[in-house]
Amino acid sequence: MKILVCISHVPDTTSKIKFTNNQTEFDSNGITFVINPYDEFGLTRAMKIKESTGATITVVNVGAASTEPTLRKALAIGADEAVRIDADPKDGSTVARLIADYAKEQNFDLIVTGRESIDYNGGIVPGMLATYLDIPFVNACIGFELEGTNAKAVREIDGGKETLEGTLPMLIAGQKGLVEEKELRIPAMRGIMMARKKPLSVIAAGDTRVSTTVVSFELPETKAACTMIDAGNVEQLVELLHTEAKVI
Amino acid sequence: MAVLVYTESWNGSFKKASFEAVSYAAQLANKIGTEAIALTIASSDDAAQLGNYGATKVLNITNESLATFNNQAYANAIVAAAEANGADTIIISNTNNGKAIAPIIAAKRNAGLITNAIELPSSTSPLTVKRKTFSSKAFTNYSSTAAQNVISITPNALGTIENGATAQIESFDYTATSSDNRLSSVSVDRASGKISLTEADFVVSAGRGLKGPENWGMVEELAGLLGAATACSKPVSDIGWRPHSEHVGQTGIAINPELYIAIGISGAIQHLAGVNASKNIVVINTDPEAPFFKAADYGIVGDAFDVVPKLIEALKIHKANN
Ligand SMILES: Cc1cc2nc3c(=O)[nH]c(=O)nc-3n(C[C@H](O)[C@H](O)[C@H](O)COP(=O)(O)OP(=O)(O)OC[C@H]3O[C@@H](n4cnc5c(N)ncnc54)[C@H](O)[C@@H]3O)c2cc1C
Ligand SMILES: Nc1ncnc2c1ncn2[C@@H]1O[C@H](COP(=O)(O)O)[C@@H](O)[C@H]1O
Repeated sequence: MKILVCISHVPDTTSKIKFTNNQTEFDSNGITFVINPYDEFGLTRAMKIKESTGATITVVNVGAASTEPTLRKALAIGADEAVRIDADPKDGSTVARLIADYAKEQNFDLIVTGRESIDYNGGIVPGMLATYLDIPFVNACIGFELEGTNAKAVREIDGGKETLEGTLPMLIAGQKGLVEEKELRIPAMRGIMMARKKPLSVIAAGDTRVSTTVVSFELPETKAACTMIDAGNVEQLVELLHTEAKVI
Repeated sequence: MAVLVYTESWNGSFKKASFEAVSYAAQLANKIGTEAIALTIASSDDAAQLGNYGATKVLNITNESLATFNNQAYANAIVAAAEANGADTIIISNTNNGKAIAPIIAAKRNAGLITNAIELPSSTSPLTVKRKTFSSKAFTNYSSTAAQNVISITPNALGTIENGATAQIESFDYTATSSDNRLSSVSVDRASGKISLTEADFVVSAGRGLKGPENWGMVEELAGLLGAATACSKPVSDIGWRPHSEHVGQTGIAINPELYIAIGISGAIQHLAGVNASKNIVVINTDPEAPFFKAADYGIVGDAFDVVPKLIEALKIHKANN
């Protein structure tokens, strides 16, 4: 069995978001980049499948050479090989097409992505990639079990969950629930040493046309100071919610 | 030319987010100088009411093969309806189902896809839309150069516009094939009567400050009084005090209700990221230095076990008098 895990390289969650060049470019100065948190859940799920079935795991990223430390980290966690598709990942549909072009020839049984990248929050790559590869797609996947090639996947729905059945190949876009927080793997020294010897290949990008482009960024307006209310006077809060905020 | 809007139903009735999507589609159609056509699938709600939100026509799909949601089958049905009606732009609400079908449609149509939109397009040529990015830490204006486009809009971000009209209804025929339905639904597990977090107008949320799951009674009572959905911080769901489906924040559900009440939550950057789009934020925390106060509109420094019961009483009195 062959598993592909798609890894998005994103600013860590504590990052203060800033822009430069007249608010047209993300300012990566001082930003630490990490594996997209949703992809970490996916990679850990893939590791468990690897441990029980002997599957091999390939991790892929569409990005510049600067994303290689993120791929190495995925190798240290336990992926077998890494592939970097050399392109600037500006548009979700382009990323999906480039990964599809690569994956078509590889016949992966299972493709694991995150539900969305925490930077652009597109939620675009997984559904498009599945469609380009013509395989079933489970979004917001919070549970996944395999028996041979039969899969049972649980997805989040508004206010609940749905259980689906199907056969491989398929693509799941994961999040917490796929594995629990405490099951996430932190690369150990041995893993980091071994990762140095694992293959990381760079492939040239084919068609990099985009359909959407960023025009500009904006930061939210800063909030006015908070109105403090005395704990002994909660009636005032109710009053303000009624007369000032007009929500009750 | 036309704008096609998919209206999602739950248990046969339209979701609130569907009315927002139709209002959005109608305003966009008006900008382009075309009509907004609504599409319903497996809905038993009164489709003519979509006219009230600006749809001139409603296409109803009632084929048995689409009785339950399936992302590929629904996406293909929407693509077929768009093609049959010359629609270049498709509007979808960014609900869980909407998120699953929008990219499939975009890939099938070679369309530009702009998700998480929070405003009407500022320009229609090229189509330019403002969307939420960086988990609500920023916004990004995107423009599309594609001839066909799909826009998915954030629930609760744009209200509805009503005009009192009724729409003309037509049936549209689409039968899903076995290649559409490669995944089969074995069970749906949804707490009935529960308000979904993304669509809720009010959200009452609590964090580790509540000390244990046994203390959530007052949170639920407060939520019940307000007709609010309940939410929690990430550690609370990680420890298992509350279900994962209530976890809000950067790596949980992103929300933008009218009112967010945060009880015993410190206001870490990752928590704020998912909730700071709320229109009004109330924070109750024992620590006057809690970072959440900087992001709040109203704050009470105090013990939740003292303040929340008092707030419940005050709200009961307010309700009785109004
Ligand atoms: C990669 C990553 C992703 C993350 N994503 C998210 C996310 O999506 N959502 C999220 O919420 N967090 C997220 N976090 C976690 C985040 O950093 C914080 O740890 C978390 O939000 C803290 O939860 P809390 O406020 O409930 O708990 P604490 O930080 O422990 O705060 C408890 C608060 O309760 C107050 N308190 C204590 N007793 C009382 C009382 N009796 N009455 C009133 N107040 C009281 C305290 O003063 C304190 O401010 C993420 C972290 C990482 C590393
Ligand atoms: N540049 C990229 N390279 C590899 N995988 C990606 C890339 N961008 C997104 N993905 C995958 O697609 C998921 C959703 O991303 P997005 O559509 O960008 O929100 C991520 O969680 C990744 O698994």
